[in-house]
Amino acid sequence: MPDLPFLGTFSMNTFFQLFVSGLATGSIYALAAIGFTLLWQASQTINFAQGEFIMLPAFFVLAGTQFLGLSFPVAMAIALVLSVLLLGLGFKRVIIDPLLPHGVLPIVIATIALGILAKESVKQFYTAEAQPFPALFSDRTLNILGAAISVQDIAVLLIALGAVALLQLFLNGTKIGRCMQATAQNPQVAEILGVPVRRMILFTFLINAALAFLASVLISPIYLAKFSNGETLGLIAFIAAIVGGFNQIRGALAGGLLIGVVDNLAAAYISASYRSAVPLILLIIIILVRPQGLLGKAEGRTV
Amino acid sequence: MKSKTIAPLAIALALSAGLPNASWADTLKIADVIELSGAGATVGANWRDALKLAFEEINAAGGILGQQVEVTDYDTQTDPTTSRAMVQKAIDDGAYVIMGPIYSGSVKVNMMVAQQNGIPQLTGAEAPFITDMGNPYIFRTSFGAQQSMPKLVKYLAEDLKVKSVAVAWVNDDFGKGGRDSFVGELERRNIAVNADVSSEVGQADFAADVIKLKSSNADAVFAYLHEEESARFLKEMRKQGVTQPIFGETTLMNQKVVDLAGDAVNGVRGHVGLSANAPIPGIQEFAKKFEAKYNYKPDHNAIKAYMGAYVVKYVMTKNGTADPQAFADTLHGLTITPADEPGILMETSWDDKGEVNRDSFLVEVKDGQQTVVSTLPKL
Repeated sequence: MPDLPFLGTFSMNTFFQLFVSGLATGSIYALAAIGFTLLWQASQTINFAQGEFIMLPAFFVLAGTQFLGLSFPVAMAIALVLSVLLLGLGFKRVIIDPLLPHGVLPIVIATIALGILAKESVKQFYTAEAQPFPALFSDRTLNILGAAISVQDIAVLLIALGAVALLQLFLNGTKIGRCMQATAQNPQVAEILGVPVRRMILFTFLINAALAFLASVLISPIYLAKFSNGETLGLIAFIAAIVGGFNQIRGALAGGLLIGVVDNLAAAYISASYRSAVPLILLIIIILVRPQGLLGKAEGRTV
Repeated sequence: MKSKTIAPLAIALALSAGLPNASWADTLKIADVIELSGAGATVGANWRDALKLAFEEINAAGGILGQQVEVTDYDTQTDPTTSRAMVQKAIDDGAYVIMGPIYSGSVKVNMMVAQQNGIPQLTGAEAPFITDMGNPYIFRTSFGAQQSMPKLVKYLAEDLKVKSVAVAWVNDDFGKGGRDSFVGELERRNIAVNADVSSEVGQADFAADVIKLKSSNADAVFAYLHEEESARFLKEMRKQGVTQPIFGETTLMNQKVVDLAGDAVNGVRGHVGLSANAPIPGIQEFAKKFEAKYNYKPDHNAIKAYMGAYVVKYVMTKNGTADPQAFADTLHGLTITPADEPGILMETSWDDKGEVNRDSFLVEVKDGQQTVVSTLPKL
């Protein structure tokens, strides 16, 4: 009998391990979900290639080490620059800027196409097979409250949360950050007040690309680098952003963590076969009960 | 008067009826219907590369029945429906033999097409049901799980005195078939199944699965997953600090898993039908040729395909014709030894259902190398 719920043998230990590893995966979803909200806030862009944006940087790193013979840290640095240039600057200039005046729908279609292009290009010109990606941390475990918790999970969680904290600090504590927020809230007024709106929007795209890079190098050692990795990641991040609240960074963070944990608990306690349905069920419940998302603002933005 | 006009027509009809099987073309068409993209791309690439290597050798040595062999690749995309269409396409293109695919779920639906057309199919699939469906045109190139699981469980029970096992398996035809054979064997020997965890094809996150297996406190963990999932699973086992010994059947100790999972695969033990590290001169020579040509180590699927190519050569040469029906008739109940055909690498027999029988191996992965612990005789 597969997948019998073993609630009978429920142990706090097991629950704690599931919870922490769920938080770790969830924090990576959160990085991607935050990218969704950033782009939406700054330019009403819904980027359906977000999953592929997370898949690609790992391959930039691998191309650097395998084809150019670079050392891993150098390849990482170059991949970061490449990600920011291609997935940030290039994405905005080539795809978003020309299409933005025509509304949201053409951008949605264009980014779906971009996602397919990125996926198929990796498959065609790199490989269709999964590739090993070096782990950034040791695979030891720590004994916390009697449960063996993976060091890698804790490190992933800390780095992802650290990045989000830095981002919040930047947005709230610096002049550029506050200008970016002003741009997001009301670009016309911001422009009148002398905020360089176009540059602020560009910054948002660069930050999104950097977050995607971070998510990529955190997830690839665990999932392996594969052209199709973006499919589920993009979808789950999108759901996380909606569940948490599309117009709030802390909403996207909460949504990502929640889905990571719920997915893990559902797989262990309910059924592994139906685990992929759980985020979707969560999405439906949220849309019915609280359409603005858990932490989202009801009115959103006025245009 | 009438008979005069009908006679040439009858001759033409008779000729055209024999067309697909007539050997007037200067090449002999073999179809390679295989997983070249999707979840099975890893195993499919091994199969395709080895098949190419074998037929290049065969062609260089003069081909089969004096004809050069033309191998065409058809990508199933690891999708049963696509695989069925590809088998049909291959037959429409005039293939005498279908090689592949490997995924049991694909073979289940496409073997009917080959059967209806009377075309022999040499598959890499290992799910037990493949040879139980009464299809006279299907032939395995490696064991079905119903032959390998008893060998493995015997080792667990008698040599290691294991009393309980936690089982992880992939929820498709391959995984279910293997899991059912394995658990059936455990029950026969009164070994407890402490956890029974299924996962999906292409699953990326194994955290919950591993925590479940770990907290089952079984004496041993048995994993029956495809290659990429095996690698992710083993990495997660290592990450979560699982201390129970891990066992598998063929795929878990596969070279691809070793490449993908790195250190995490060390210490994994299990049964393999074929291994590039087997102490068999023919296999080692093949592995050397393969690695020199493709720059990676062949897995068991590569060995299957290589042997399969030489089975085609041997049977057609023995028959003196490429006729598909004669091929199927001859291969049933046939034993080929390396003395008959060096390309067969190991003595192999086929029964009347197309099931394979040959020696197999117990292996352990040490320092990223599959090491053969012992050789198990034919059943």
